[in-house]
Amino acid sequence: MKAGIDDGLAVGNSCQRWAGGRVESGISLGQCRPTRRRVWRNRRNLVLVILAAAVTVLLVGLILYYIVSKGIGAMDWEFLTSSMPFSFRREGGGFLNGLVGTALMVGLASVVSIPLGILAAIYLVEYGGKNWLAKLIRFFSDVMTGVPSVFVGLFVYTALVIEFGFGALMGAASLAIIMMPIVVRSTEEMLKLVPQELKDASFALGAAKWQTIVRVVLPAAAPGISTGVMLAVARAAGETAPLILTALGSFQLTAKLWGEPMSSLTLAIFDGARNPFAAGQARAWAGALELLLIVLVLTVLARLISSRSRTTR
Amino acid sequence: MVGGSSGKLVFTVNNLSVHYGRNLALKDVNMEIRSQRITAIIGPSGCGKSTLIRCLNRMNELIPGARVSGEVLYHGEDIYGPSVDPVVVRRHIGMVFQRPNPFPKSIYENIVFGAKINGYKGDMDELVERSLRRAALWDEVKGKLKKSALDLSGGQQQRLCIARAIAVEPDVIVMDEPASALDPIATTRIEDLMQELKRDYSIVIVTHNMQQAARVSDETAFLYTEVDEKTSDRWGILVEFGDTSQIFTRPRDKRTEDYVSGRFG
Repeated sequence: MKAGIDDGLAVGNSCQRWAGGRVESGISLGQCRPTRRRVWRNRRNLVLVILAAAVTVLLVGLILYYIVSKGIGAMDWEFLTSSMPFSFRREGGGFLNGLVGTALMVGLASVVSIPLGILAAIYLVEYGGKNWLAKLIRFFSDVMTGVPSVFVGLFVYTALVIEFGFGALMGAASLAIIMMPIVVRSTEEMLKLVPQELKDASFALGAAKWQTIVRVVLPAAAPGISTGVMLAVARAAGETAPLILTALGSFQLTAKLWGEPMSSLTLAIFDGARNPFAAGQARAWAGALELLLIVLVLTVLARLISSRSRTTR
Repeated sequence: MVGGSSGKLVFTVNNLSVHYGRNLALKDVNMEIRSQRITAIIGPSGCGKSTLIRCLNRMNELIPGARVSGEVLYHGEDIYGPSVDPVVVRRHIGMVFQRPNPFPKSIYENIVFGAKINGYKGDMDELVERSLRRAALWDEVKGKLKKSALDLSGGQQQRLCIARAIAVEPDVIVMDEPASALDPIATTRIEDLMQELKRDYSIVIVTHNMQQAARVSDETAFLYTEVDEKTSDRWGILVEFGDTSQIFTRPRDKRTEDYVSGRFG
């Protein structure tokens, strides 16, 4: 009786290409060359995979190390609670204006893009399916995720800034445009994962379609959706290029939504890092550390939310 | 073909045919389902058993491309009538599925789900206890109502799904192979439960386990696959419908006899 694969090679010569086939008496299984070769390949590939992972982790580790070691020096209570001095040369001060700007613009962009994006994803999965409108939305979402963010800035610049001037609202508009496709596509993927059995159970209890979506589909997909949303928020918080063209950046702490340029953490880092003065550069490092911590907190929050509500066994 | 016994008529199925896209799945089914009994639908795989019971509560419409023709009269009213809302139909006719499908929520939330969406104003705690007691699950879960339903065993989950279905006080419960994913002990419990429930509800159960049909049901419908020799299209037909004892001991049709005596399928 043959065990294993016979693809037309000579059967009986057990130590040829295949390790299967009939084992001749007198040949021990441990002597079969293909087995040894396979073991060796296995080890080699394992080593390669571990190396690749190590390089990735090392790079991330280096970035973290540099930001923390360079940023921690200028990071103090004053940095967190006061705005920039009017010269890059002056020491002291901080990025409060940038923090407020980032919070304001990312917040506004989130308020618009997250609900719209989730609703669009619901349309795609539960209503649109494969009709032309759904295909169109999917196509443009994909294109939009690939568009360099500076183009989004240029678009908002020509559409809004030329008419109304630089401001937080224009910055928020560009961030919302960047966030929307990320929210749509990540939410869509999460909604698609909700098993049909759960929807059937809801329908069979006499739930209407919208009740099923609100009470069964969205809660079941919520952890995944929140992860996608947090990714979009983190992406928006880290955008610089579109904000140069829409919010411009400012030394002053302001809460005006339009009519006045608005700062953001990224803009403040950008300006601080490219000036020749040590004090400004130190603030830029500290700002990078601050932004890093914010994104870290958001990511951890997303993880906590998704691990708290369990959908599957 | 009519089951020759008394009991109020719940369903009258007239010339029911179902297509999925261009394919005929079920052809010209005529049968009557009576209240306070268990009607079993048996037959080989792919003969349209699930399709047939999914027509009884308009769950088939959720499958893209499904088309139903003919009549399903529920207490004399066609549930496919132009003024009938499928959501209302499903509130009267509950369903239990092949794989236990509790919501990923607490046991308590699972039971009150149907009541909440239907605007139930009564005492929710009382409803939960009553439904779980009727589904013979209360004693096992009364201490952990706030725990996730997904922590229950498969058999407990299926009884939870039954409790969830009866919590909305349906008139009929249709069950699509409710025990096929369960072990023999859990299966026995579900079968005992069905005997309890039939005092208050009409139950229609799909099963490919003939012993189960013989054990639990009062009436049995046997479905079989017809094949078009030229196109090799296949569709289900109702071969025979009658009292379970008659179907299993004195079948009128040769195909029924072959099937129940285990010659195929």
